[in-house]
Amino acid sequence: MYEHDLLIIGAGLAGLRAAVEGVRNGLKTAVITKVHPVRSHSNAAQGGINAPLTDRGDEWEGHALDTIKGSDYLADQDAVEIMSREAGDAVLELERMGVIFSRGEDGRLGTRRFGGQKVARTYFVGAITGSAMLHVLYEQALKHGLQVYEEWFVTSLIKEEGAVRGVIALDIKTGELHAIRAKAVLMAAGGAGRVFEPSTNALICTGDGLSLAWRAGAPLMDMEMIQYHPTTLARTGILLSEAARGEGAYLLNSEGDRFMQKYAPDYMELASRDVVSRAEQTEINEGRGIEGNVLLDLRHLGRQFIEDRLGYLQEVAVEFMGIDLTEQPVPVRPGMHYIMGGIKTNADGETEVPGLFAAGECANVSVHGANRLGANSLLDTIVFGRRAAVKSVDYVKTIGESGSNSESYLEAEKKRLQALLDRKPGHRTAVIRNEMAVNMTEGIGVFRDQASMERALAKVHEMRKKYDEGIYVEDKGKVFNTDLVFALELDFMLDCAESVAVGALMRKESRGAHFRTDMQDRDDENWLKHTLSYKSEEGVRTDTLDVTITQWQPVKRVY
Amino acid sequence: MQTNLKVKRFNPGEPGAQPYFQEYSLDVHPDSTILDALIQVREEVDGTLAMRCSCRASICGSCGMRVNGRARLVCKTRVEAVAPNGEQLVIEPMGNQRVVKDLVVSLDTFFDQIKRVDPFLKPDSVPEQGEFIASNESMTNLLISMNCIMCGCCVSDCTVLEVDSNFIGPAALAKAWRFTEDPRDGQRDERLKKLNDEDGGIWDCTRCMQCVEVCPKDVAPMDRIMEMRDAAIKAGNRNTSGYHHTESFYNSVKKNGRLDETRLAIDSAGWTNIPRLLDLAPIGFKALLKGKMPPVMPHKAEDKQKIKDLYEKVEGEQK
Ligand SMILES: Cc1cc2nc3c(=O)[nH]c(=O)nc-3n(C[C@H](O)[C@H](O)[C@H](O)COP(=O)(O)OP(=O)(O)OC[C@H]3O[C@@H](n4cnc5c(N)ncnc54)[C@H](O)[C@@H]3O)c2cc1C
Ligand code: SF4
Ligand code: SF4
Repeated sequence: MYEHDLLIIGAGLAGLRAAVEGVRNGLKTAVITKVHPVRSHSNAAQGGINAPLTDRGDEWEGHALDTIKGSDYLADQDAVEIMSREAGDAVLELERMGVIFSRGEDGRLGTRRFGGQKVARTYFVGAITGSAMLHVLYEQALKHGLQVYEEWFVTSLIKEEGAVRGVIALDIKTGELHAIRAKAVLMAAGGAGRVFEPSTNALICTGDGLSLAWRAGAPLMDMEMIQYHPTTLARTGILLSEAARGEGAYLLNSEGDRFMQKYAPDYMELASRDVVSRAEQTEINEGRGIEGNVLLDLRHLGRQFIEDRLGYLQEVAVEFMGIDLTEQPVPVRPGMHYIMGGIKTNADGETEVPGLFAAGECANVSVHGANRLGANSLLDTIVFGRRAAVKSVDYVKTIGESGSNSESYLEAEKKRLQALLDRKPGHRTAVIRNEMAVNMTEGIGVFRDQASMERALAKVHEMRKKYDEGIYVEDKGKVFNTDLVFALELDFMLDCAESVAVGALMRKESRGAHFRTDMQDRDDENWLKHTLSYKSEEGVRTDTLDVTITQWQPVKRVY
Repeated sequence: MQTNLKVKRFNPGEPGAQPYFQEYSLDVHPDSTILDALIQVREEVDGTLAMRCSCRASICGSCGMRVNGRARLVCKTRVEAVAPNGEQLVIEPMGNQRVVKDLVVSLDTFFDQIKRVDPFLKPDSVPEQGEFIASNESMTNLLISMNCIMCGCCVSDCTVLEVDSNFIGPAALAKAWRFTEDPRDGQRDERLKKLNDEDGGIWDCTRCMQCVEVCPKDVAPMDRIMEMRDAAIKAGNRNTSGYHHTESFYNSVKKNGRLDETRLAIDSAGWTNIPRLLDLAPIGFKALLKGKMPPVMPHKAEDKQKIKDLYEKVEGEQK
């Protein structure tokens, strides 16, 4: 039997930052992750991390307002205030742990500009910021001798008397199922990008954490808020970071015009992501695209500059498109990138279910509201990852030893997985996944309307039925059975897809990333609200919750 | 386009399992990477094929495999680049690491090596607030090694690891370099000394270049190892045969304009290291029989002075 005070699901930035805090606070902490920690998707973050460093003249209020405006006033302002105030310390602490950041002449951290902000306050390492941060947090985990269940896949949560008290997990390497007990469980399992096709997200971003929490009774909030990033590569959907535009790259249409002039004369290419993505899609729809793309032009930045500050972007463009950024513009288009929605938490990572905390991309605090600013997600992971762990310290103290029913959970789960393996030939996971994901992008894309969203939801229901009746796991073996893991992930993804479609249909207005062509205006009177969905026996139950406003009243959003 | 894959399969979960090859022939998109092709196999042809992959964009480090005998990150390798005319691609798991199943190898070897180099910053003192002050150059210099995505390709193809599993290995040594070169670290000398003295440390690399060739991120681990050798010597570590070898090489060429191989062998072992010298004796004897024994009195180069001048120039520049 495995037992811990704090069990963290996920070894990305949120999970590892929380783990370091758990250990520091003397909690018996462990992390469980379906891939080795350094393979977590946080390593893909390229551009940087925002922080208003007040010790050098920036103001936290400026960052907070940019974040709130970026969110189209859907963010909870009390949570944003906390994030903006704690940002500076959080980033500097990472530097002191060993993260390499680019610097200025004075030997202190240097910045670049990012979208939706006029002040340059994004700290970065070339175009490998996420990887540089993740590797250092992993180093810290090694230093502290943190226990990590590597390549273990959580299949469900254990609940006792209404509280989460551990997990059931599959050791992928051996194929054995185990119960791991914990006084508190922190969900830091990342995003759900694979619910859409194409997506910038890694193949492991399958929304497991969202679904696990949902099934345990926690509500998902604002799931309709899906971020489409303005610069993703055709076909593969691989990302070219906003850092390109932050450093001065242009967006051009087929006529060679910097079309952002029309849509955001003040911020141009550095308007908020939802604004730029809509502008691109409009250009494309109105016939000024190039085979469904617009062009990202970096040529004027010069070879040396590109190689020094955007090296990984050049690598990606050359490897995946055969394009040298110093010589040719690269075709890009809006692509699914991030999910603002997630498990509803307060600013201390608490969910509505006792014993269950959440942080990182799977959580919704909410600081991103209807549109996340670039470089605010890494910040979210480290600020709220830490806070959730701190809060769990108090919670763990209140939990005594209790009767364990983990064995019955384990038996039930063994039966469920065996039944999955015993099925007669039917549909491969990939077939259902692709049909669901392509359909989600079509129905709940950059632009959406009642009919498209209804089609999406109907399709999700159809795919759920197809899954329940006919999913087929071809691999019957125990050792490293990825076929089984994919089937379990698809099960989670279908939950996520459903909650996204339900949220989208609930919101009767346009706000941030949720742009309805049939209801184009923001409706503060009725919809300064979060959408909530709960999973229940009878299906999905919905609700709404007022947004918390502190000092910034909603005004019209122009860039 | 048509592509033909020959994939090494192995499932230890089956009783009496032996590795075998399985062939797949499929039609892929012209821009497909080898990873795309393998995913296509898994999704459309054979769901039992096990491999690791995640980001598809050469940053997560999951998909190191051997392609036609050489370690590669398959997401970064286009089918067209290696098999433009549908030539068969032989895909095998990476080397020097235990195979778990099919193309999946155990991560233990790799990360056990990483753990040997104390892979975290050890500053003398940490600023209470703000950041460490350091020049941009000294920081961005570290990116050479920070670019490492821990894919294991270098470990797979390292020729020393093939015969000596105790070698710390290219990736872990490149990681060590990242700390010996970090101006914020306070343990540079201790680290260098340990890497110098340790069995399997910086002197065990044979400079075969494999790690430089296969690294998808231009980390060039061998170059990092050579830099640490230099640094270790400069920091006063002169107790290794590696150091004596280098020094003898250096002096011999400086003095004679040519290499005195006999002396090099004896110097490297150490004049008083009798057991090691006895070890060398049969090699010398065999070389003698085959007419390959270097002359006892070294030859001298004709234009010795030119070589001396060169030495002086370089030594002058270094000062
Ligand atoms: C290409 C790209 C570039 C980006 N660039 C930036 C940027 O420049 N700046 C910025 O701020 N943000 C950026 N983002 C967003 C940001 O990287 C992510 O939102 C953030 O890193 C998420 O971190 P996380 O810790 O929440 O989750 P992740 O890093 O995704 O980690 C999730 C963890 O959960 C584990 N897990 C999941 N399911 C299970 C399960 N069932 N059982 C066990 N373990 C499980 C995984 O193994 C993994 O360890 C980018 C995103 C992408 C896709
Ligand atoms: S150069 Fe050294 S470290 Fe690199 S592969 Fe060869 S022996 Fe191994
Ligand atoms: S040094 Fe290069 S080959 Fe070796 S693990 Fe790092 S990235 Fe891979």
